[in-house]
Order: sequence, then C-alpha cells, then structure tokens
Amino acid sequence: MTDIAIVAYQQTDAVSDAGAVNEVELIIPVLGRVFEQAGLTNSQDVDFVCSGSCDYLQGAAFAFVLGVDALGAVPPIKESHVEMDAAWALYESILKIRMGHAESALVYGFGKSSPGELPIVLSQQLDPYYLAPQWIDAISLAALQARQMLDQGLVSERDMAEVVARSRNNALNNPHAQLAGEVSVDDVLAEDTYVSPLRKADCCPVSDGASAMIIATVEKAEEWGKPYAVISGIDHRIETHNLGMRDLTDSLSTRQAAEGAGMGQGRVDVAELYAPFSHQEIILTRALGLGEETSINPSGGVLAGNMMMASGLSRVGEVFDRIVSGEAERGIAHATSGPCLQHNLVTVLEKA
Amino acid sequence: MSQPEVLQQSFELGFTYTRSVGPVVGRFLTELRNRNIVGIKASDGRVVVPPMEYDPDTAEELSEFVEVGQEGEIVSFAWVKEPREAHPMDRPFAWAMIRLDGADVPMIHCVAANAESDVATGARVKAVWADETIGFITDIRCFELA
Repeated sequence: MTDIAIVAYQQTDAVSDAGAVNEVELIIPVLGRVFEQAGLTNSQDVDFVCSGSCDYLQGAAFAFVLGVDALGAVPPIKESHVEMDAAWALYESILKIRMGHAESALVYGFGKSSPGELPIVLSQQLDPYYLAPQWIDAISLAALQARQMLDQGLVSERDMAEVVARSRNNALNNPHAQLAGEVSVDDVLAEDTYVSPLRKADCCPVSDGASAMIIATVEKAEEWGKPYAVISGIDHRIETHNLGMRDLTDSLSTRQAAEGAGMGQGRVDVAELYAPFSHQEIILTRALGLGEETSINPSGGVLAGNMMMASGLSRVGEVFDRIVSGEAERGIAHATSGPCLQHNLVTVLEKA
Repeated sequence: MSQPEVLQQSFELGFTYTRSVGPVVGRFLTELRNRNIVGIKASDGRVVVPPMEYDPDTAEELSEFVEVGQEGEIVSFAWVKEPREAHPMDRPFAWAMIRLDGADVPMIHCVAANAESDVATGARVKAVWADETIGFITDIRCFELA
C-alpha cells in the first residue's frame, strides 16, 4: 500500500468570536501558511483538495461552496467536500491517493460557530422525528452520558475536574488555545453545575477557526524535501443514532477504529483525543487502553478550544507537530462526530 | 484600522418541507395522536421505544409493534437550570432517558419538576399529554414524577 506522509499543518487561533471575518477570510491566511510550510505556492501545486465543514453552522444549504473561494479554483482543480469534520476530509484524501488518483492533497476544515447558538444548532442534526423537534441540545445529551458514568461509579466529579485542570495547564503551551491557565482540580470543583451534572468547565468552549494540512505520497514528500510524519493507519466506525441502544459509558466504535488503524502495533507516545466533554476523555482513554506511557492531549485538547469541523483535523496536526519536532516517535489522533461520541476516527502517525 | 460593522439578520433554522414518515415512525406518531405509546421488537426481542425501522445490530427490518406503558423509570437525567429559548419549558426542568414499562430501551424526553433534588435516577415518571395531539413527538408534552 502507498505510504502517505503529512508534510505541513497550520491552524488559526481558536477564538470565541471572530467578529466580522467570514469563513473565506478565516481560511485564506491558514492556507497561505500551510503552502509556505510545504514549499508550495497555491492549490494548483497539489493534485486534490478536500474540505470539511457544516452547512448548519452557516444556516444555508451548500454554504460550503463559498469555502472554495479561498482556494482560487481557476484553472479548475479537483475538489471535494465532506459535511463532517476535516479529519474525514483527510480520510477521503488518503483514499484518493491510495487509489492512485493523486500524489498530494490539501485538506482543510473551518467553522464559524459564534453567530448561532451552537448547542441548539446541533440539535437539528439529531433524529428528525424523535429528537430534533424537542430541541435537545448537545450539552444536555453529554450530561445524560456523564450521569450514567457517575451513577455507575465509573468516574467521579474529581476525575472529571482532573481532566479539565490538566487541559487548562497543558494549554498554557498552546499558542492557539482559547482557554488556558493554572487551574487546579479544586478550582474546577468549586464551580457550580451548569447542566447538571456537568460544570461549564467540563464542556468545550464554542470557538471560531480553521485548520489546514498537506499530505503526499512519501516519494513526493521526499522530493519536496520537507520534514514529514507517516500515516501508518486510519479507520473510522459509527454506532447507532439511537442513544438508548448504545452503551454510553464505553466507546466501542473508537476501539474498533483503533484496531482497524493498527494502534496496538507499537507504543503510543502521544494521543490527541477529540473529547468535547471532560468525561468523554476518560471514556476514550479507557476504550483505547492508553496507559502511563502515553501523553494525552498535551495541546489541551478541545476543552481548550473547539473549532467545529476543524478540531478533528487539528488533533492529527498536533500529533504531526510533535513527531516532526522529535518530541514523540509514534502517536494517535482521534476525531469524533455526533452526540455522545457516536462516530469516531483514529489515525496512527509515525516518525519517518 | 477600525473593525467593520457586523451585518445582522435574523434567520429561522428549520425544515421548510414535509416528509412522509413511513410505516414505522408513522405508526408511532399516529398512536401518539391517539394517546398511546408503542415500541417495536428488535431482532433480539428487546422492545425499542420510540420504534426503529431497522435493527442497528443486524440491519433486519423490524415490524412487530408492542404497546408499552405511559409510566416508566428514569435511567439518566440532566438538570437544566437555565432553559434555552428553543427548549420545551421556560422554567428549570430535566432531560431524561426514560425506560417505559414494557420497554427495554430508554427514550429521551423532558421531565417537569420543581427542583433538581426531586429528580433521581430510578425515579418513576408518567407521560403528560399535550392538550391537542397532532402526531408529533411533542404530543407527549413532558413527563412528571409519578
């Protein structure tokens, strides 16, 4: 099978409100920097482009097409889009390269969540007959999951607060983070509940932002002469949309994706997990069987800033950065989609 | 450089079309209009409420309807102190996973209660019907403590 390399990764800061900047204006600077990092000029220099975004955020059908304006698609380019996090745009791009239809690809994701009420916007992506008409928001669904964990003694509120405190402290080293600080477990526990049993700190913030990545065959990456990391595996699995039929205290689909991606074939130095709620990081860590030797969410994870539709790709980018810098030799990146970790993707990255 | 003014426009997000709901979802919603609640038997015999068209494990088409009770037990709940504008209640309430009597799989709906301390996992609740039922999930206005 064709070995695929990540050659470049860039992202914006995660900000609570990007103001008057529109989606195209969010994307353009990131594309400029990612092309520069790879030693390329523009989208004419890659064989394929794939983006991830969500029309619900912009509130209009086919809003994602506007994102193409950021590329400069003349002369014509080969372009595709997923109505998913850009981690799945990476997946599509990898398939494209493995099928021999491209040697290189630009992947980007973007989301401007601030203009709407994100938890309520997301409610309209749920089952259209049984859930969407009730307008049950994403935070309340996560709270139902957290309550099950607490009731069954699988986590304590202190365990959850420890996840938050570690995120805030780790994020001090992440220049793109929205929430960072020297926060202690007791600081978190002193907070009142928000949507009980969750505290506001247990929930990721709403962020605007974009990220972009350039991948290529290893041969192409060698030709470009830039430092790269190798994607040794990627897989994704989904569970039923009926929340009552899932074991919400576990993540079967994450475990299956990790097996499919070959996570167990070596040591995991670093893991970036897309856990929008503190208890979900614990579910994922256990589902993946990660132990002491793995540094989990050294960037702070999405509790430090959650750029909808770009954060999954950013998890891959964070691991890429650590491998290229020599901080880690092998790592995994996880992305999620849907309520209570419904759909999960795992990417395994290794030192070249 | 000064920041440009942000243009603002209100926008109602919603489905601007109607759909035929089919024999499974349609049966459930029609039963709601008549103030009955039905589930469906999954491949392994579990009763699923609201009914699903296909079994998520076997992909088998499901068709055996079962009438279930209008009372049940809270499996999990989230207490909403500050309801959002779109929420079904304008005072604090709970979202809950409720396993109705005769069902094996919990459904999600809202529970009216005066205080968080009144709600608990394992608490018994009963359905409260809307004044007018129209064949919508919101025909069950909410659940209340039984």
